Amino acid sequence: MAEFFEESVFFGAVISVLAYWLGTVIQKKWKYAIFNPMLIAIVVIILVLTVMGIDYEVYNKGADYITYFLTPATVCFAIPLYEQYERLKKNWKAIFVGAFCGVLASLSSILLLSMLFGLTQEQYISMLPKSITTAIGIALSGELGGIPTLTVAAIMVTGIFGNICARSLCRLFRLKEPAAVGLAIGAAAHAIGTVRAREIGEEEGAISSLAIVVCGLFTVLAASIFAGLY
Amino acid sequence: MEYVFQFGVILLVTFAGEIFHALIPLPIPAGIYGLVLMFVCLKTGLIPLEKIRKSANFLLDAMPVMFIGPCVGFMDIYREQGFAILYIALISIVTTVLVLAVTGWSAQLMIWRKRGGKRG
Repeated sequence: MAEFFEESVFFGAVISVLAYWLGTVIQKKWKYAIFNPMLIAIVVIILVLTVMGIDYEVYNKGADYITYFLTPATVCFAIPLYEQYERLKKNWKAIFVGAFCGVLASLSSILLLSMLFGLTQEQYISMLPKSITTAIGIALSGELGGIPTLTVAAIMVTGIFGNICARSLCRLFRLKEPAAVGLAIGAAAHAIGTVRAREIGEEEGAISSLAIVVCGLFTVLAASIFAGLY
Repeated sequence: MEYVFQFGVILLVTFAGEIFHALIPLPIPAGIYGLVLMFVCLKTGLIPLEKIRKSANFLLDAMPVMFIGPCVGFMDIYREQGFAILYIALISIVTTVLVLAVTGWSAQLMIWRKRGGKRG
């Protein structure tokens, strides 16, 4: 049995989709934000793998075929941008100022908290790209001398948390302008947050996708300066 | 075949993004170049929206499932990093709240200012 899973190419893909489906069923039944289909799927899969003694690499051999589509899916974020272009153009100054402030807030708060918790320099650098999209984050972390797997973990915690809490946080902070809501979610929680922003509204989704690009680029520029500050 | 051809167009632009990534020595991934290229193609009319819309919507809808694989990798990072992972998770959450508030408010204030102080 164990050898079968070692060999299987479809096990990882099947369990990913099944667990996500289970997540959507649970969310439909109990409508709490914490019953997030993605979060449920991740927890269920980690439990199943641990109980059955299957390595992450074995699982990911199959799951990786689904993750393969992430890059073309990211390319498709161009469509909401295109459809909402007129609205984006109207607010371009606000978008740039907001993204710039967000990136500065992200990097400087990571610096302060890393000092507070006494993280190593390696760990601190790994945290810097935590609010941007995974592909840029991994590359940036490696380039600056961080630990890419740790960066991925920070990016995932950020994204999942952002996805679950985006709606309530926007309400808590009284963000009412669709452009501000979309930008805030994209800047704070990259593509995983954008999944939620798209559910809130078309304009929110489009601006959230734009925030991934703009904040990603700002972070690439600013992180090398911040890396030297610790 | 419609879906296949539409997907082909998306893959083609993604591949062009990969070429940009290989040629330009910046830590910007292929997907981001592809996104910008796709936007330019749509804006210039080189690719009409209808030629990609169906497959693109499918990919966007399926996106949450694509994140599950890398997220499950968390189980191994815990083993490598041990206790530090708690601090890292805590910092991730606190900064996410802060970034959301700062970004949202700076954008919202700019929008209100442009509208001449009128809110809502």
